[in-house]
Amino acid sequence: MEQLSKILYENILTILIFIPIIFSLPLLFLKKQSEKFIKIYSLLLSLIVFIFSLFLFLKFNPDVEGYQFIVKYKWISFLNADYHIGIDGISLLLIMLTTFTIPLSILISWQSVNKRIKLYYFMILILEGSLIGVFSSLDLLLFYVFWEFILIPMYFMIGIWGSEERVYAAVKFFLYTMIGSVLLIIGVIWLVYSCMEKDMFLNAENALRKFTLDITQLDKISPFLQPQRQILLFLLFTIGFLIKIPLFPFHTWLPDAHVQAPTAGSVILAALLLKMGTYGLLRFSVPLFPVAFLTLTPYLAVLAVVGIIYGALVSIVQKDMKKLVAFSSVSHMGFIVLGITALTQEAVQGSVIQMVNHGLSTGALFMLVGMLYERRHTKEIAQFGGIAKVMPVYAGIFLVVSLSSIGLPGLNGFIGEFLILLGAFGSQNLKSIYYSVFSATGVILSAVYLLWMYQRVFTGPVDKDENKNLKDIGKIELACLIPVLIFIVWIGVRPNTFLHKSEKSVNKIILQFKNAEIINKTRNTIDINNSVFREEK
Amino acid sequence: MQNLILYSLSNFIPETILVVTIIVCIIADLIIRKKSFAVTFVAIVGLVLSFVFVVKQWGLSMSIFSGMLAIDNYAVFFKLLFIISTLFILLFVETSKEMKTASHKNEHVYLILSLTTGAYLMASSVNLIMMYISLEMVSLTSYILAGYLKKDKRSTEAAIKYIIYGAASSGIMLYGMTLIYGYTATMNINEIFLYLSKNPITDTPVLLASVIMISAGFGYKISSVPFHFWTPDVYEGAPIPITAFLAVTSSAAGFSVLVRFFLVGFANTEIITAVKWQEVIIVFSIASMIIGNFVAVWQTSLKRLLAYSSIAQSGYILLGLAVVNSAGLFAVILYLSAYLFMNLGAFYVTILIHNKLGTDNMDEMDGLGYRSPFIGVTMAVFMFSLAGIPATVGFIGKFYIFSALINTNSPNLTWLAVVGLLNSVVSLFFYVKVLKHMFLNKPEKPLPELDYGYANILITLLLAVPTILFGLYFTPLLRLAENSIKIFGLN
Repeated sequence: MEQLSKILYENILTILIFIPIIFSLPLLFLKKQSEKFIKIYSLLLSLIVFIFSLFLFLKFNPDVEGYQFIVKYKWISFLNADYHIGIDGISLLLIMLTTFTIPLSILISWQSVNKRIKLYYFMILILEGSLIGVFSSLDLLLFYVFWEFILIPMYFMIGIWGSEERVYAAVKFFLYTMIGSVLLIIGVIWLVYSCMEKDMFLNAENALRKFTLDITQLDKISPFLQPQRQILLFLLFTIGFLIKIPLFPFHTWLPDAHVQAPTAGSVILAALLLKMGTYGLLRFSVPLFPVAFLTLTPYLAVLAVVGIIYGALVSIVQKDMKKLVAFSSVSHMGFIVLGITALTQEAVQGSVIQMVNHGLSTGALFMLVGMLYERRHTKEIAQFGGIAKVMPVYAGIFLVVSLSSIGLPGLNGFIGEFLILLGAFGSQNLKSIYYSVFSATGVILSAVYLLWMYQRVFTGPVDKDENKNLKDIGKIELACLIPVLIFIVWIGVRPNTFLHKSEKSVNKIILQFKNAEIINKTRNTIDINNSVFREEK
Repeated sequence: MQNLILYSLSNFIPETILVVTIIVCIIADLIIRKKSFAVTFVAIVGLVLSFVFVVKQWGLSMSIFSGMLAIDNYAVFFKLLFIISTLFILLFVETSKEMKTASHKNEHVYLILSLTTGAYLMASSVNLIMMYISLEMVSLTSYILAGYLKKDKRSTEAAIKYIIYGAASSGIMLYGMTLIYGYTATMNINEIFLYLSKNPITDTPVLLASVIMISAGFGYKISSVPFHFWTPDVYEGAPIPITAFLAVTSSAAGFSVLVRFFLVGFANTEIITAVKWQEVIIVFSIASMIIGNFVAVWQTSLKRLLAYSSIAQSGYILLGLAVVNSAGLFAVILYLSAYLFMNLGAFYVTILIHNKLGTDNMDEMDGLGYRSPFIGVTMAVFMFSLAGIPATVGFIGKFYIFSALINTNSPNLTWLAVVGLLNSVVSLFFYVKVLKHMFLNKPEKPLPELDYGYANILITLLLAVPTILFGLYFTPLLRLAENSIKIFGLN
């Protein structure tokens, strides 16, 4: 028994990745008639994964620097690519978010998805496995395999179960992200070869001796690559991430994908897939290429601020509720990127917690909009009015979630945005308070679009006949929302439960960055000395 | 002399077995006089026997018939590839309804075997004459096979078009060979290399012209732009099993001889700078990728789509050759192994669809993924593999091609990797289009489900399982490729 629990403890990540993938396969061979069984089976499966991940959360030691639960097996000896997984605090929170969101998105589809349900739940479950894979891979090839594989179930999610324009949206989503992935793979290969070239380094000793894709080794070496090469590599890596986030101006796939996707698809997309981008920034772009990051910080930060304001402004004028929420994502993800560019302890912590917050609040908003759509088959704001009188509970929950998204103190959104703005204000990396000042308007604008929508949909007289007999929220729907509400309040009141987990990891990234910065500064002076010396000669 | 011939013959057993099998098949066909699996069975036995003797040649390195043919791991690799693909093609023919409509009985069996024999010779020839003869042997049988359904207008048209293009390009190739012979006074590519590396190269335009002309012959076999014009029409007109055969065996044979010709005869920094064949290959490759991928986007026929996809795939493989080092060659070998499984698979699924629907028009395939989930899922595997999505063998092929391009500095070819990868984004569009028809588009009226027999499912799985398995664990393929390219002695 003890041995069993030891094996379990050591391989917990592998279990988390492969339980949903392997155990979703039997679904494909079930009979179509056993609908109820399929639903219950997938729900139970996702709940089991969630319970395992709770175990992960409790056993995770926040005081240890570096990765935990590391597993490493030989995979492809030719490339020295390993099955190498492990997590730090940042991955932990995102994995928790994944295992938390998936059961909810299965529940939310309980009544709304009636078409090809075997395939539907199969897709959701393999998405879960691959997402956990993305957030825990420490090997670049493994990471890339999971990263790219996620496209396939998501493409089908949007394309099969979406609304009218689904095929267009699915193809657009696929091609956009594929461009990013293609650049990423060039970046990966080039990074490893660059690290092996001796003349890429000031000190040839630094160069990598053999081909490896292990990021725990690469991130010790690649910060010392020549700045020019670093910038190119940084761009190859980062453009893929920026498309995924999506940061302005790479966001144009997002509204289509979100609006056309089924509710659960939107929830997974917003809560989890977008986080892959910001996770990539934090895990790869910043630690691997600090010099490039330093050079390009102003551009990234400006894009983030533009994204915050642009996303909010466009949200204001939307007539469709789902589109409004989709554009608000662009705005919120801008905050997260701003936090990362600020690169102070507070800001990055804020970004990490904001990733979770955005997953909760926007996910919940998509669920709520989906519920209304099921009742009325429209998402147009003008079709509603006075809904609060007909559906009081629903209206109440909607208000709480909106306020959390706006950033009302006491709810989760406030913690993230406050930390980011605070961090960005005093950031040495950004060197200017104006980023913080301008993005603060995003908070105000978010109040404008969300509350205005709330006002138009929920308050006033019930002037449409169709709206008079709408049913209030049902039991299953309530079961989807209550867990989210609990965490919305929990993070708002006691954020330390979660912030504490990622503290060391964030600290490590910032320290790594600082060290690299110092070493590269000395290198610059040496470079200058050398050139002066040469000229004298 | 007699000893030499006997010695050569003792190392010529795999080919001899195939020739004997062909004769036995002809006799059997004459005796049986009706459609029968027995003839195919004889052919399969012959192929398996030949397989055994080919494997025995692994590790040898010699040349036989006074420098006409080489026996080395490189040739062995290709022979194995041809055997596997021929075995599959024989099974394809057995399960294809289209082939049953032919007025011939068992002729296809020995025609297919003759093509394989020709391909064997192509893979091992080191002499220009031998290259030409074996290439013609492959071509002639392909013409007959392309026009196999002689009552079908399109099949006959395909054969005629194929002959005209084939004759023209092999004529051009022959002319190029005479130029080289005139320049170096030898037909053996090893000697050509010795001559070129020892003597200063003076008449570069002549050499360049001859290299381009010879590429016309090879380029037509691998359907690379600008020698690709026959491909879509022939692929569309020929019966699908034959199309698959042309796409895999014939094209791999073209690569085997093309790679050997350039990497044995011209792989030397001075020769490359003087003759500039590397640039020629790069141009062909880029043109193939761009034309193949972009034209494929507009296709509505699955066969034509696969034809343009083959053109594009040739472009990717040529990228590996353009690197001119062992990593590039390694990638070529790897890509060809991947290509074998995924392309045969895609064609086999097309055969299965054609069996039931009687067409390969993609508009007719709306909702097919639900009418037969098995077909839908396996097609998805092959399409994603052709597009190079991870966890499939196609990704491994692309990964190595692009790492070879990135990891070379003379000259810097990283831009080429970017071009190739952006092209693969375009390719994704049309590969996914097939799946879009199968899964996302709704048929106009509900259609009945399609059932396939166990034989069909088994053959498909034999191709789909390696496509995924080698995508996840590809060390065996890497070892095979590593050993196959040692004889070139590249760095």
